[in-house]
Amino acid sequence: MSLLEIKNLHVEVDGKKILNGLDLTVEKGSVHAIMGPNGSGKSTLAHVLAGKPNYTVTQGQVLFEGEDVLALKPHERAAKGIFLAFQYPMEIPGVATFNFLKAALNAQRKYRGEPELPTPEFLKRVREVAGKLGIEPDMLRRPVNMGFSGGEKKRNEIMQMALLAPRLCVLDETDSGLDIDALKIVAEGVNHLRSPERGFIVITHYQRLLNYIVPDVVHVLARGRIVRTGGKEIALELEAEGYAQYQEDAA
Amino acid sequence: MNAEVRPIKTAAESALAASFGAAKAALPGAGSVAALREEAFGRFERHGLPSRRVEDWKYTDLRAAMRDALPLAGAPDALARARVKQAGALLAELEARRIVFVDGAFVAELSDLADLEPGLAVGSMAAALATGDPLIAAHLGKVAPSEDVAIALNTAFMGDGAVIRVAAGAALARPIHLVFGNSGLRPAAIFPRSLIVVEQGARAMVVESHEGPAECADQVNAAVELAVGDEAHFDHVKLTGAGAGALHLWTLMANVGARARFNAFLFTTGGAVVRNQLFVRFAGEDTVAGIRGATLLKGSQHADVTLFADHAAPACTSREMFKSVLDDSGRSIFQGKIIVRRGAQKTDARMATHALLLTDTAEADNKPELEIYADDVQCGHGATAGSLDQDLLFYLKARGIPDKEAETLLIQAFVGEAVDGIEHAGLRDALMDHVAGWLQARA
Repeated sequence: MSLLEIKNLHVEVDGKKILNGLDLTVEKGSVHAIMGPNGSGKSTLAHVLAGKPNYTVTQGQVLFEGEDVLALKPHERAAKGIFLAFQYPMEIPGVATFNFLKAALNAQRKYRGEPELPTPEFLKRVREVAGKLGIEPDMLRRPVNMGFSGGEKKRNEIMQMALLAPRLCVLDETDSGLDIDALKIVAEGVNHLRSPERGFIVITHYQRLLNYIVPDVVHVLARGRIVRTGGKEIALELEAEGYAQYQEDAA
Repeated sequence: MNAEVRPIKTAAESALAASFGAAKAALPGAGSVAALREEAFGRFERHGLPSRRVEDWKYTDLRAAMRDALPLAGAPDALARARVKQAGALLAELEARRIVFVDGAFVAELSDLADLEPGLAVGSMAAALATGDPLIAAHLGKVAPSEDVAIALNTAFMGDGAVIRVAAGAALARPIHLVFGNSGLRPAAIFPRSLIVVEQGARAMVVESHEGPAECADQVNAAVELAVGDEAHFDHVKLTGAGAGALHLWTLMANVGARARFNAFLFTTGGAVVRNQLFVRFAGEDTVAGIRGATLLKGSQHADVTLFADHAAPACTSREMFKSVLDDSGRSIFQGKIIVRRGAQKTDARMATHALLLTDTAEADNKPELEIYADDVQCGHGATAGSLDQDLLFYLKARGIPDKEAETLLIQAFVGEAVDGIEHAGLRDALMDHVAGWLQARA
C-alpha cells in the first residue's frame, strides 16, 4: 500500500479553482519534491493535506495509508501521522514552547490510544531533538516562535517534526527566508529523519534546497496539476531555464 | 438649564431613604462618623441612582439594575457562618492570614488573628467606627474623596469590614486574605467598608475575595480606602467569585505616595451584574504601578471595570491592562481614564484593554480615555475586541491538538498575559487553575 495516494484532486478557495485534477503517489521511504511557479497551487496542496478550513475539495480523494483523510479533522490527521512544516510558522503569545510540544505530543498519543509520556521522558526527548538542531533550552521556555528569527522558526518546525515522528512530512517552502547556514541545519535535520517507513513531500520554488535534501522524484506543479515527473535533473533544468515554459502553456 | 431636574424617586431610592432613616441610629459610629453618613446620604439623594444617561454609568444602568433596595443584612447566625466556611478555598495554598466576614460582618472565630507580625494591626471596621479609632479619624473618607454615587451609598450605610495598618518599614511575610462570604440565606443589602494604611517603606499584600452560593441575590456595595505611603510596596488583588451578588458594586479609592510600588488586580468570574471601580491617585513622584484585571463571563453576566488613574505627581509609571473572555451572552465593559495633571511631567502611562468574544451574542464595550495637561509625557492606550485567531487555532490543530483543547490553550494564554502582572507566583498559579476550571466547564 502506498503511503499517500492523491487521486484527481480538485480544490477551491473562496470560489476560485486552485487544484485542478492533481494526482500524486508517495511511497514509504521516498522523498518527493514539488516545484512550480508562484500561484501554481503548491501551498494549497500542503494546506489541504493538513486540513486547513476554507479549502473546499470539490472532487477527488486523498488516501493516507489507504484511508480517506479528507473527512478527518486536522488534529486527527496529525495524530495519524501527517505533519505540515509551515511556510510561515505562527507566533503564539503566552504559550510556552515546552507546553505546546507536550500538549501536541500527548494529544496525539491519546488519540492513538497510547499512554501519556511521563514528563522526564518527554523532557529528555525534547532536549535531544532540540540539541541536534542547535535550539537553546531558553528558546523552549519562550512562547512559541515569539521573537524568533526566520531561521529559528524553521528550525522549530523541524524540531516539532522530529519530536512528533510523523509518517508523512510535508515541508511547505521550508527554505524561504533562510540563509545558507540555516538552510544546511534544516536540511540536516530533515535528512536525519529519512527512514524506510517515512515519506516526504518537499515543496519549494528553488532548486537550492534540493542540493541538501536530495529527492527521489521531482514533480512540476503548474495550474493546479502535476505536469511533469522525473528525477532530480528536472530541478537543475528549472534552475537554468526557469518556469517560463510552464507559464507559457497557461497562456 | 442649570438646575438638574430630578425625576420622582424610584422604588429603590425610596426604599434606600426609608432604610437609612430607620438604620442610621444603629449603624456604628457617632459624632463625626454619623455626620459623614448624613453628608454622604445627602449626596446620594441629590444625584439619585444613576441611569445610563449619566455618562459614567452609561454601560451599567444602576437605576435599571436596582429595581428595589433590599433590607440591610442582619448579624450572621450560626447557619450563615457555617455556610461560608469554605469561602476562599481557591487560595488555600497561599497560606494567607484569613480575616473572615459573613454577610459583611467580621467573624473573629473564623479569622486568624494570632501571632500578628510586628507592625501589623488588623481589626474590624464596625469596632473601629464605634470606638472612634484615631486611624478612622485620620483617614476615613479622606484618602481619595469622590463624588461617586456608589461610594456615597457605601459611606452612608457602611457596616463592617477590615481596618489594616502596616507600620512604617514593616514587611509582612504572609498575604492577608479578606474573605467576604455571602451566606445567601435571605436576600440582603451589604455595605462592607475597609481601610488599609500601608505606611512608609512597608511591604504587604492583601487579597480580597467575594463569593457565596451561586444563586445569591444580595446587593453588595463594598468600598476600600487605601493609603500607600512613600517607598511602600503594596499589592491588592480582588476576586469576584460565584455568588458575589445579583448586584455587586466595589470601589477602591487609593492614594499612593512617592517612590512606591503598587499593584492592583481584579479577577472576575462571578456575580450577575458587577461593577468594579478603581480610583487611584498618584500623589508622589517616581512611583511604579500596575493595574490589571481578567474577567471571564458566561450566561448573561455583566461586568464593568471603571478605572480612573490620576497622575498628579511627576515621573510615575503606570501600566493598565484588562482582559475579558466572553462566552454565551456575557458582557464586559471597560471604562478607563488616565489623567495627567499639570506638572506631572515625565509620566509614563499605558493602558490596554482586550476582549475575546467566544460567541456572536457576547458583547464588549471599551472606552479608554486620556486627559493630559502636561507636555512632557508618554501616554498611550489600545483596545481590541475579537474572536480567536483561526490561523493560530489551525497551527495548534495541525500539531494534533483537538479543537476544544486548542481553544483552551489560546484562551489561557490570552488571560495569562494579564495574570502574569501579579507578582505572587502562588496566586498566579491559583488564578490560572481557576481559569482552567472555568474553561473545562465550557460546554
